[in-house]
Amino acid sequence: MTPSMMLFYVLGGLLVIASLMVVFLSSVVHSAMALVAALFLIAILFLTLHAPMVGVLQVLVYAGAIMVLFLFVIMLLNPAAVEPRRRFGWGFGIVASLLLAGALVAVMTNGEAPLDPVASTELFGSPETLAKSLFTDFVLPFEIASVLLLVTIIGAVVLAKRES
Amino acid sequence: MVPLNYYLILGAVVFAIGVLGVIVRRDLIVVLMSIELMLNAVNLTFIAFARFLGSMAGQVAVFFVMAVAAAEAVIGLAIIISVFRHRQTLDPQEMQLLKW
Amino acid sequence: MIVDVGIIAAKAFLVLFMVLNLAGVLGWIERKGSALIQDRIGANRASILGFAGLGLVNTLIADPLKFLTKEDFIPPHGDKFLHTLAPCMAFFPALVTFAVIPFGDVLVLGDRAINLQVADLNFGILYIFAMASLSVYGIVIGAWASNNKFSLLGGVRGSAQMISYEVAMGLSAIGVLMVYGTLDLQEIARGQGTLIRDLLPDSLGFLKTNIGQLPAWGIFLQPLAFLLFFVAAIAETKRIPFDLPEGESELVAGYHVEYSGGKFLMFFAGEFAEIVTAAGLMTTLFFGGWQVPYLMRDGFHFPWWESWLLPHLAVAALQVAAFTLKVLFFCWLQILLRWTVPRFRYDQVMRLGWKMLLPLALVNVIVTAIVIVAVNR
Repeated sequence: MTPSMMLFYVLGGLLVIASLMVVFLSSVVHSAMALVAALFLIAILFLTLHAPMVGVLQVLVYAGAIMVLFLFVIMLLNPAAVEPRRRFGWGFGIVASLLLAGALVAVMTNGEAPLDPVASTELFGSPETLAKSLFTDFVLPFEIASVLLLVTIIGAVVLAKRES
Repeated sequence: MVPLNYYLILGAVVFAIGVLGVIVRRDLIVVLMSIELMLNAVNLTFIAFARFLGSMAGQVAVFFVMAVAAAEAVIGLAIIISVFRHRQTLDPQEMQLLKW
Repeated sequence: MIVDVGIIAAKAFLVLFMVLNLAGVLGWIERKGSALIQDRIGANRASILGFAGLGLVNTLIADPLKFLTKEDFIPPHGDKFLHTLAPCMAFFPALVTFAVIPFGDVLVLGDRAINLQVADLNFGILYIFAMASLSVYGIVIGAWASNNKFSLLGGVRGSAQMISYEVAMGLSAIGVLMVYGTLDLQEIARGQGTLIRDLLPDSLGFLKTNIGQLPAWGIFLQPLAFLLFFVAAIAETKRIPFDLPEGESELVAGYHVEYSGGKFLMFFAGEFAEIVTAAGLMTTLFFGGWQVPYLMRDGFHFPWWESWLLPHLAVAALQVAAFTLKVLFFCWLQILLRWTVPRFRYDQVMRLGWKMLLPLALVNVIVTAIVIVAVNR
């Protein structure tokens, strides 16, 4: 059991527990905090997978901004009552997600993926390499993403305005 | 070194848990959070493949998925706010106007 | 291997020790300094055997003991787990951010060169912004878990202010990143050791004899960015003049009104640790970090005079001392600012962040880009 395997088991186990907490906790704020924990753990997994820039962006954007927005909306709407206990179709849901997980695992582990990672350079996943890819090969999606974000801002302001 | 399959299995499990959340929970905000969980499971799979195949395209894909997920979370929350203002509830069971 | 881990652990312990101690000392400087500014005496009642030590005994011994022995009160309908979690989430980012701030150049012991920085990340600045964005959670969760309308109001205001000024802080730092061409804080600190005349092309030779003699510190190359960063950092740490989330005379202490005892001490110490971190960041980005002007690795090299050669340990000690002095200066400056300037109103805070700092930061980025391209031509 090498240290990296142990680290993976710890992170993976905590990630599964955090995701289960997101789904199963009854208080919305607790679910949101469990999701923050899950996002942070995924960011650490990114760091172990030689993607430092994306990992830090995950904390900065996802855990640091999107989840704060979620918490804002939760506090704004102030769902005073906990949702009704009789949730809809627990059994059906669990069976469906188990089948989905089984199907995904069967398909994904069946292939010819290389079991050992390609030897990577020091610069793989660093900000320079990511930026170089982003501004040369993928510059069109980059510009479209910026237009998308602009449209999103306008749309969100329009949707959430009070009708006055 | 951790084999690729382990990361794929972890991603699949988290994805399935997200699907469970979308199907089962009766609070729109938690449904949206489960969708974010699904997106993150997909991100994990992308990064694992990027590492094992040595290609930066996986990480660029994750970058765009994050941007789009941010946009979708913002719009989703704006929709939730408008829905709450009209219906005073966030229960998906109550929103059955389109059902026949 | 074990020695490497030991060295990193020693550096981490040293940095943590320094930050926590400085947070405590800053509490004392704040109380005594504010007393001097307001022409009063300040806290001087607690004493050991008659020795009151200018209020040191009061602030550094009596106060923490008082905080730690108070009753741990959780509001009746508040959320127990989140109420306890919030101060931890407020304290954590202030401490871990200091891991990437370099407090010296390399220290050569025997055949081992130790980089005087706890974690040498090549994306150091992004890590700092990521941890700073996590500090919003302490406010939001603390406000929510208190089940108190004043608290909630203070928390919502505080988090809105913090996320607005995060944007301005990040954008104003981009100018500095463009000039030094790296995200690594140790490289930025090292890059500030060159003289400006080495960065200028020959076409601007007339500048080389006067301002070219100065070291290429961030304050000389990016003055507007320094102002914007300074304002944004003070707003991030929620100090006066941006102190409305905790407004003492308006919101009854805002988001930490329901906290007493050890948890309040964590919020309090977290705020002072954030002051230290903001000061560390400002010195590293704009004031050369550990650089002493004209001090290279082997000694002083004055451009208009001769050189003084110094032994390596003296150079390292001078650099660490310079860093400490600069950080202390910025901490003192923030405390001075607190007791001198009145508080902004909330709409003024939002307007400043979005309508003044953000456009100025963007203009700074564009102008920097134009100047860099023009100078390198």
